[in-house]
Amino acid sequence: MADQASGGKGATNDVLAWLLDRAHDADNRILEMLYSVVHGTLRWFLLLRESPAAMLGFVLIGFWVFVAVFAPFLTSYDPNALDYAMLADPTPKWMPWEAHWLGTDELGRDIWSRLIWGSRTVLMVAPIAVFMAYLVGCTMGMLAGYLGGWVDMLISRISDIILSFPVLILFIILITAIGPSALNIIIAVTVASSPGIGRIARGMILDLRNHEYVDAAKIRGESALYIMVVELLPNARGPLIVDACVRMGYTIITIGVLGFLGLGLPPPDPDWGGMVVKAKGFISIWPHMAILPSIAISSLVVGFNLLADGLREISMRD
Amino acid sequence: MTDSSHDDTPVLEITNLGISYFVRAGEIPAVPDFSLTLRRGESFGLVGESGCGKSTVAMAIMNYLGNNGAITRGSIVFEGRDMADFSPEEMRQLRGSKIAMVYQEPMSALNPSLTLGTQLKEVPIYHEGASDREAHDRAIEILADVNMPDPESVMKRYPHQISGGQQQRVVIAMAFLANPSLLLLDEPTTALDVTVEATVIDLIANLRKKYNTTLIYISHNLGLIVKVCDRIGVMYSGEMIEEGTIREVFKNTKHPYTYGLFDCIPSLNADKHTRGLAPIPGQVSLPHERPPGCAFGPRCRYFEAGSCDAERIEIEPVDDSPTHRVRCIRWNEIDHRPPLPVTDLAEAGGRVPAEVLHVEDMDKFYEQRDMSLSSLISGGSIRYIRANEGISFTARRGRTVAIVGESGCGKSTFAKVLTGLETATKGSIRFNNENIAMIPIEDRDPELILALQMVFQNPDGTLNPSHSVGGAIGRVIKKFGLASRRKDVDAKVAELLEVVRLPAEFARRKPRQLSGGQKQRIAVARAFAGNPAMVIADEPVSALDVSVQAAVINLLMDVQKKFNTTLLFISHDLSVVRYLADTVVVMYLGQIMETGTAAEIFSPPYHPYTEALLSAIPIPDPDIQQKRVRLEGEIPSVFNTPKGCRFSTRCPRHLGDICDNQPPPDIEAAPGHRIRCHIPIEELKQVEEIFRSAALE
Repeated sequence: MADQASGGKGATNDVLAWLLDRAHDADNRILEMLYSVVHGTLRWFLLLRESPAAMLGFVLIGFWVFVAVFAPFLTSYDPNALDYAMLADPTPKWMPWEAHWLGTDELGRDIWSRLIWGSRTVLMVAPIAVFMAYLVGCTMGMLAGYLGGWVDMLISRISDIILSFPVLILFIILITAIGPSALNIIIAVTVASSPGIGRIARGMILDLRNHEYVDAAKIRGESALYIMVVELLPNARGPLIVDACVRMGYTIITIGVLGFLGLGLPPPDPDWGGMVVKAKGFISIWPHMAILPSIAISSLVVGFNLLADGLREISMRD
Repeated sequence: MTDSSHDDTPVLEITNLGISYFVRAGEIPAVPDFSLTLRRGESFGLVGESGCGKSTVAMAIMNYLGNNGAITRGSIVFEGRDMADFSPEEMRQLRGSKIAMVYQEPMSALNPSLTLGTQLKEVPIYHEGASDREAHDRAIEILADVNMPDPESVMKRYPHQISGGQQQRVVIAMAFLANPSLLLLDEPTTALDVTVEATVIDLIANLRKKYNTTLIYISHNLGLIVKVCDRIGVMYSGEMIEEGTIREVFKNTKHPYTYGLFDCIPSLNADKHTRGLAPIPGQVSLPHERPPGCAFGPRCRYFEAGSCDAERIEIEPVDDSPTHRVRCIRWNEIDHRPPLPVTDLAEAGGRVPAEVLHVEDMDKFYEQRDMSLSSLISGGSIRYIRANEGISFTARRGRTVAIVGESGCGKSTFAKVLTGLETATKGSIRFNNENIAMIPIEDRDPELILALQMVFQNPDGTLNPSHSVGGAIGRVIKKFGLASRRKDVDAKVAELLEVVRLPAEFARRKPRQLSGGQKQRIAVARAFAGNPAMVIADEPVSALDVSVQAAVINLLMDVQKKFNTTLLFISHDLSVVRYLADTVVVMYLGQIMETGTAAEIFSPPYHPYTEALLSAIPIPDPDIQQKRVRLEGEIPSVFNTPKGCRFSTRCPRHLGDICDNQPPPDIEAAPGHRIRCHIPIEELKQVEEIFRSAALE
């Protein structure tokens, strides 16, 4: 169905076919992989175009990625520089008609500048954290699902223990134990998320390993590692990719919450969650200080969720 | 059959019915034009390959086409009233009371959370307002009609507590309960074992006589249609291409597609040495790509450009017969000849080739630990599942050995032990004089692994959906060290694709872009890539349409001949086995009941189980009569195998205590022909032939 769906668009199809040809004719593996990845991404993108929700999500995420990449060109303010004139002025801090078009915070720091520099942290930490969680989670899930027996027992019980903690308490325990920093947030997210991912992967593998192609691989003497990584994992990718998108949204919220609890990135670096908690005391006088970073967080989260919905829709249709 | 005189209105009258599905890509005309008239008590068989619109017609009659399906033209008149005039509420009343349907999967047709009694009683209670007591009595009565043992207790059970065959009987009972005037059966026995299928088919034939029900029987199996129906319609690509009485269509076949179907089916009185199989080339064209003129044109041997593809071909009567009609403009000219036998096959009588596989007294038991609390307290108990017991047979180079048996007989377990996915509990399997029974796959030498390859049953499961065809075959080539440089691997892949007669471009395709038959060809190419000494084929064609089945069987034989490979063919389909096998091993509940050459197995003396199996084969020939041997009861549980002869609980020739308590001896009926039975061989030899050709008498 997927191929028929994009059937009408001749030119894009030609591009797809060309990419596939290149991938097939490439004489080294890296080039081949590169072409296949570009081909796969383009194909998914073409499919995504048919789902308005996914496109909206894509635009929202794209906006923040663009802003993060080009942060230095989009503002002339240092996010940590204090504007003493604003600091001295007791009138409302939000004067979009003036130099700071989203206003400043109580210390006179430019909010727009803090938001876009803050997006850099979020968009660095969240994907790395989710990626690490996936690395650990998929490995756990694959081992548990494929090997079964006591390996499954051990991994599943460890997961149960981690999952029995309320997530927030787990984060607080972990971060207070190892101290707040970008790396430690990544570690905390990995510890807290990988059991959930492991469960999804385990369930998928349990189902997939009964397929005859697994027996076929065993009969030609493939190792367990090969079967897990090459035969099984690629077929579990659909639900895992969808979950990764949702989880990305959650992780962004988590980073925000950690910032709000004072466990985020240490000041003065801009951090969306930190900005909201700072604004808490001024919410009746200068509500924009809390609203703007909140909008930033939710737009990115909504973006990822919409993308996940779209991906789910597409994968169901295939 | 049309003796019910009082009412002459047809039960069902379909005229020029068109059915389309509407999807994102546009309208898909699944059935362009379909007409059918059925009178009371008639039984009509609808055959055709998958995707030809059989089920769509049935769904249209039930007015159950789903959200995206619609009737675009024509009418369905049921008992004199156009079904388009029925309100949704009337339609709902009609379903289950006047029109009933039986589907392929009994497990999904029954509600797993309600007892069978509740589900059966629902029919009279809902449709006729019967009281609970009445409904109960009716249900008991119908359960007795479908030969269910102990109806009272069945009423209290849940669907999962009875076997698949019994489930299907309950579904059939439910359909007959409302005494419908029209019953639709959509492949009702496809999911069942052969011997169970035979009893269900008998049952349907009997009930239909008793209740004078009009029947539409949808099946891909021509042999079943012969047993149940008076008339048959052959569908192709949404159109009826030939219809008539059973005798007309089977004995005076006119349409090239119908011939084609017959030529695909192995016949029981011929094997590969006497008559070949001729697959129909190509595939059914997709509904929205139907060619102009005859839909079968692109695949037809007798296609004539200019006339066959000129304009739509109307269905016309054959030789003024009131019933026999055919949709082919050349039916008068075509002189069809049956396919030629396969030539230059190794003659079975020639020099005896070397032994490749010698299995001796092999056992495979599975341990089942009872983990329940009570058994832990009482010291724990280990039960054994005797999946294979005392298996002994030999296979010779270049020959085909078939293992036959119903589900649960242990044939797949044997394949697992042979390939090393499991290890034997006892005994030996000598493969090229090396005992491999106890060597798991991880400890096997690469040469041994290469020498023993396998083709699996399910075309959709056998190829990894994430890997391209070239990748899948290429991996085997690299794994076995046949080539390592990319160019060489690609060349070898292309070579193998040519062997299985697929174009080289297929290397880039993903499995989802292939049809079932193509996938199975890839699986064959993959198994034969390393030129193995032996290939195990576990039901390789049972999930395929007949025309594709013939092609894959021919391919297997070809490749086998080319590489002089020994083939171990596991199957439940005896007609295919008759065609393909040199020697046959008949298994029942983990034990071998009979071994011998194909000719020996298919003629007396028979083991009583073999006799029942042969009697259950649906034969697509109205002239061949089978002696009727039906098995009572169900296959015993693997935990609780009978102490004496495994077959004793169901054996129609049961002798008495000796069968129940003593394991039977292996008697040698002829050199190499062994029968495991207590009945003296002289007595077995007096058994008459199962198959009798009525035409000769």
